[in-house]
Amino acid sequence: MSDPLLTMNDVSKRFGPTVALRSVSLELHAGQVLALIGENGAGKSTLMKVLSGAHLPDSGKMTLNGQSYRPKNPLQARRAGVAMIYQELSIAPHLSVMENVLMGVEPTVGPFLNWSQMRERTRRALAEVGRADIDPATRAGSLGIAEQQLVEIARSVALGAKVLVLDEPTSSLTRSDIANLFTMLKRLRTQGIGIIYISHFLEEVGEISDRFSVLRDGSSVGSGQTTDITDDQIIKLMVGRDVEDLYPRTHHTPGEVALEIDQLQGEKKPRRASLQLRRGEVLGIAGLVGTGRTELLRIIFGLDSVKSGKLKIGTYVGPASPSRRWDQGVGMVSEDRKTEGLALGLSIADNITLSNPRNLGPFRLVLPGRQDRASAPWIKKLGVKCRTPRQNVGDLSGGNQQKVAIARLLQHDVDILLLDEPTRGVDIGAKAQIYELINELATQTTPNRPARAVLVVSSYLPELLGICDRIAVMNRGVLGQAKPVAEWNERSLMAEAVGQVDAFN
Amino acid sequence: MTVQHEMMPTPAPKLTSGRKQWIKSIAAALARIGALAVIFLAFGLYVPKYAFFSASNIENILMQSSVYAMAGLGMTMVIITGGIDLAAGSTIALSMVVTALVLTSGDGQFLITHPVLCTSLAVVGGMLAGTMIGLIEGLLITLLKLVPFIITLGMMMIVRGGAKELADNQEISPSSNNWLFRELMFPVQGQTFNWQLFPLGVWITIVAAILAAAFLRYTRLGRRIYAVGSNEATARLCGVPVQRTKVIVYALSGCFAGLAAVLEFSKLNMGQPTGAQTYELYIIAACVIGGTSLTGGVGTVFGTIVGALIIGTLNAGAQQAGWPKQRQEIVIGLIIIVAVALDQLRTRSTR
Repeated sequence: MSDPLLTMNDVSKRFGPTVALRSVSLELHAGQVLALIGENGAGKSTLMKVLSGAHLPDSGKMTLNGQSYRPKNPLQARRAGVAMIYQELSIAPHLSVMENVLMGVEPTVGPFLNWSQMRERTRRALAEVGRADIDPATRAGSLGIAEQQLVEIARSVALGAKVLVLDEPTSSLTRSDIANLFTMLKRLRTQGIGIIYISHFLEEVGEISDRFSVLRDGSSVGSGQTTDITDDQIIKLMVGRDVEDLYPRTHHTPGEVALEIDQLQGEKKPRRASLQLRRGEVLGIAGLVGTGRTELLRIIFGLDSVKSGKLKIGTYVGPASPSRRWDQGVGMVSEDRKTEGLALGLSIADNITLSNPRNLGPFRLVLPGRQDRASAPWIKKLGVKCRTPRQNVGDLSGGNQQKVAIARLLQHDVDILLLDEPTRGVDIGAKAQIYELINELATQTTPNRPARAVLVVSSYLPELLGICDRIAVMNRGVLGQAKPVAEWNERSLMAEAVGQVDAFN
Repeated sequence: MTVQHEMMPTPAPKLTSGRKQWIKSIAAALARIGALAVIFLAFGLYVPKYAFFSASNIENILMQSSVYAMAGLGMTMVIITGGIDLAAGSTIALSMVVTALVLTSGDGQFLITHPVLCTSLAVVGGMLAGTMIGLIEGLLITLLKLVPFIITLGMMMIVRGGAKELADNQEISPSSNNWLFRELMFPVQGQTFNWQLFPLGVWITIVAAILAAAFLRYTRLGRRIYAVGSNEATARLCGVPVQRTKVIVYALSGCFAGLAAVLEFSKLNMGQPTGAQTYELYIIAACVIGGTSLTGGVGTVFGTIVGALIIGTLNAGAQQAGWPKQRQEIVIGLIIIVAVALDQLRTRSTR
């Protein structure tokens, strides 16, 4: 075989104490499509950021066309011929297609733009990606997502890119757009461009790629010819780890239906979701990041609007807003605790009593002493490590911040808990405490206080399998059927999360 | 592994072609001119004896609008990059003082015998003063990495104070024997010899506007100004020197404010350190009424010119309607909100 177009040898990268990449190596040949596969957080994006110059590696070597390659920033990488197409498209929506395609390298005559040459070169680039029908003068923002993506690829082609990296390029495309994209990639491949294709979707990997490379926890765990491996083998490589024994489980008795959604559709996502959540039940939602899991919780909590379908809390079906939901006994812990979940500049007591400032003083006053007294039991119960309830939440560790976010729901005494990635960025000890608490909430403890209903969104499969009674999988905006946890394992969850949805579009 | 994507041919998606967009922008321009016409006619019918339609009134509106329009050219560029220049009014005041100072320094000395040289120096001085202020703003914004609002808010006060310092807190009235007084903003209507139709300053503004529009439309730098405002991250990724572009834009904004100052000076016949108060707000309003988006990426010189004319017409109309000052303010404020709201509605419905 010819010399590789691009090599990465023993590339390592750490961020503080976290090792993001551990001696990762890969090889890409001209005219080849390499699929880079791995779970969320496996290190794919870090690896590609190293490749595209957004991060400098701590150690390791890269070569491009046989020469040493060490870009200091994305611009250098682009000039060297390595172009990234990110999931979030980078298009200047107000400018024309040709201005987008030739941005940074516009041909000029004196100080003036050479419009005829711009049009000509754009036309050529568009023809190369197989869409000569797009008018170079069109405003880029008026194009659909698929065409905008194409404009970005045309931009790389016009710049003479040798390596094209596509990060989850199909996540927001329709099926026919995906087919067009693949036709174009095959075309580019015949022109000797090397393509790195990052995807969770194994069917796509099977169709488009020549070789694959799997990352897990920052290390390469396998690579080879795509034709030599089955989906199951890839999933095993992606998941392959032991379930830690952190999960307490007592017997839960499902009670009355607390939350019911039927054929629910959001403005963008989810496209279709139905489920019933009962008191005394922990229901998990698995699926990849960005498939509509968070949006589902936001819709239930009244943060996003319902496009169609039924949403019933207890017996209530009327209009929703977060304040109304709190009144109905629904509480939510956001996945983004730093910008949405907590007011980092405020104290622990302020944060815990934020949603329920009642009984904190006469005449609806909020007295700091009462806030402290109201917060103290929760701080103690959840084991929040702090000096005083008046301490700023921003000073606490991630795990302790998360406990404060959950304590707010407890102080409010909610019946339905919506938890989005409740253990993200939380150390193992705090994780165990949070699991314990979720389990306790779903168990009836006193005769006159019925058990709570818990809906958990998580990307961490062992966690869902460990704490949930039932699990449903979200795949590209469609929520699958919730099945008892005994019927699931990591591989079947992953398979459903990365599988083809039946009725796509 | 099996291939599961059916390879079906996609119907050619409906694309908005370049031509259609051209029609859209023509429609936008007509809508703005329509708005201007409606406001002009409304005041024309309201003001007694049709005095509002008189040639000298129209000339007056054009003269006042010229100051806003000239400074608005730079402001448009700044706002297209997603920035703002709150110091525009103060910059006009300071540049006006500098112009006046250069002229007075010539009074009674050899320069007075070279009136053309002296006035030219005064004009260049005013432009340079404005450009320097803009340059400082641009450098502070890019080097300190602070938002333009904060930097230019600070500069607004600094420059205003600087203008008063420089003028010793007094109005500066140079002798009037020069071209700036006689020609630039001297009403020509009512004079017997009025081949030029409007004062020279109005013509200069028109020429500057044409040049600015060509700059934004046809030069590489002009298009990069849009690119920076439309998607700064992309522009950086594509190798557009984002910081340098911003510095240039603020310097240009200062330069146009300096030119506006020369016009204002010529209108007032003196350098007023306390003059051009709140002009930045009128200038920003002109840009916004003209369709420039405060979030960046969108804006045209033509729109800003019409916006400046609308502001000028409102000012003149409210005055001639004989309303008390406070009511003028209320009406102008309301019309600005309505104009921008209608424009938003229009763009949303055609999207």
